Amino acid sequence: MQKFSALALLAKAFGGHQGWQPQWRSPEPKPAYDVVIIGAGGHGLATAFYLASEHGIRNIAVLEKGWLGGGNTGRNTTIIRSNYLFDESAALYDHAVKLWEGLSQALNYNVMYSPRGVLMLAHNIHDIQSFKRHVHANRLNGVDNEWLTPDEIQAFVPALNVFGKVRYPILGGALQRRGGTARHDAVAWGYARAADALGVDIIQNCEVTAIRRGADGAVEAVETSRGTIRAKKIGVVAAGNTSVVMGMADVRMPLESYPLQALVSEPIKPMFPCVVMSNTIHAYISQSDKGELVIGAGTDAYTSYSQTGGLHITTHTLDAICELVPTVRRMRMLRNWGGIVDVTPDRSPIIGLTPVPGLFVNCGWGTGGFKATPGSGHVFAHTIARGTPHEIAAPFALDRFKAGRLIDEAAAAAVAH
Amino acid sequence: MLLIACPYCGESRPEAEFRYGGEAHLARTPDSLDDDGWTGFLYARGNPKGLHFERWRHIHGCGRFFNAVRHTVTDKFVTTYPAGEGRPDLSSPEFAEKVAEASR
Repeated sequence: MQKFSALALLAKAFGGHQGWQPQWRSPEPKPAYDVVIIGAGGHGLATAFYLASEHGIRNIAVLEKGWLGGGNTGRNTTIIRSNYLFDESAALYDHAVKLWEGLSQALNYNVMYSPRGVLMLAHNIHDIQSFKRHVHANRLNGVDNEWLTPDEIQAFVPALNVFGKVRYPILGGALQRRGGTARHDAVAWGYARAADALGVDIIQNCEVTAIRRGADGAVEAVETSRGTIRAKKIGVVAAGNTSVVMGMADVRMPLESYPLQALVSEPIKPMFPCVVMSNTIHAYISQSDKGELVIGAGTDAYTSYSQTGGLHITTHTLDAICELVPTVRRMRMLRNWGGIVDVTPDRSPIIGLTPVPGLFVNCGWGTGGFKATPGSGHVFAHTIARGTPHEIAAPFALDRFKAGRLIDEAAAAAVAH
Repeated sequence: MLLIACPYCGESRPEAEFRYGGEAHLARTPDSLDDDGWTGFLYARGNPKGLHFERWRHIHGCGRFFNAVRHTVTDKFVTTYPAGEGRPDLSSPEFAEKVAEASR
């Protein structure tokens, strides 16, 4: 792997930028691997990277039916935060934030992690009580979060209509300063490049069509559009398509797949110093380094794999944003798109073992998986390598639905479910 | 926005008049109410990529629940039918054209 550095950039600049190598190989699949990961999104690639870098398992294939990072990794609104209410969630998401902090160095790839702060707005008495409870719960868990008054909010984000005449006035907000954004594509590319350098085969345009099991029920191989690939351990990290892949091993999952939309505006000068979100009127907005406003809409009402959503869903979000930030009312939106998110009954992810020996699953991240990418991959790699759940992942096991130990984080999720 | 044909009102109306009700034909069968059966009833869902049997409620119309068959990749409906009726036999010639159209 060519190491990226200022010196390398300078040296290549003198050579007219000739001689840069491809960042990862495009290998033919081998007949067998130690571990096969299904899905080359951020979570799958991170899993492969940590398996190779921390657990010494390098004979790994990551299979992707499309192109790497082309699913929800390339479709989200890049927000990072860990201000979750429950102990289990705070531990999981803050594990991720701690990894985000050193990720560019660990991968030798600029993922543009920007801890610019995530501000969640309160619009009524219930919001105030709920957010203050979150602030206190977070602090007890060592997660930074602080309460801002309307005056402090106006000073922090001048573009917000804090004191104007609005239907849902801003009564305060909770600010997590370590929250922020990262460049989503760079996360996929950085993990892919680093995993590839450790010997991981990333095989794109390779759709899994069946999971083969032996007489003892354990997984033996996957059938793919590029032939049979044998593996004793298979990790499914297929986001919205997890139900379909797990169905190949006859496992019925507690998941429903919904379209979730996002959109970006034309680029403008910097006006948002942080991420602003409002659960109550459903708006969230941040500004990319290029200057576009990045806006997340809600999920559609019905399950779907269409990767598009209804226009009335985005309209609803834009209505709220026009009231919160009246200065952007006449802006044009450049693009909107949809991704398919897999939602669990308790809005918390599923990480761990399955009833099928050798088959592991990491799914159910719903509307908020991007922020967890490094932490998710890290604990899932441990779970696959050891065959027992990582301490942080243990509460998120699939069998929690049978045991009744749900982690009901619906109230803490940014997107109204 | 989807256009949905309410089988009671007899006409297609915009999705905003309806509330989605999740997977249809989930029956609570008393003889399978061990832990696994209960977990399956409460939480496990087919979530198919293809034809999906689902419940809708015409909440801003007649207010009644009904079932529908929709293709989850194209979002096109094959048919809607009153709650309480069994699953329509989609392999019958009556639905052949509609299933093909919904899959396109």
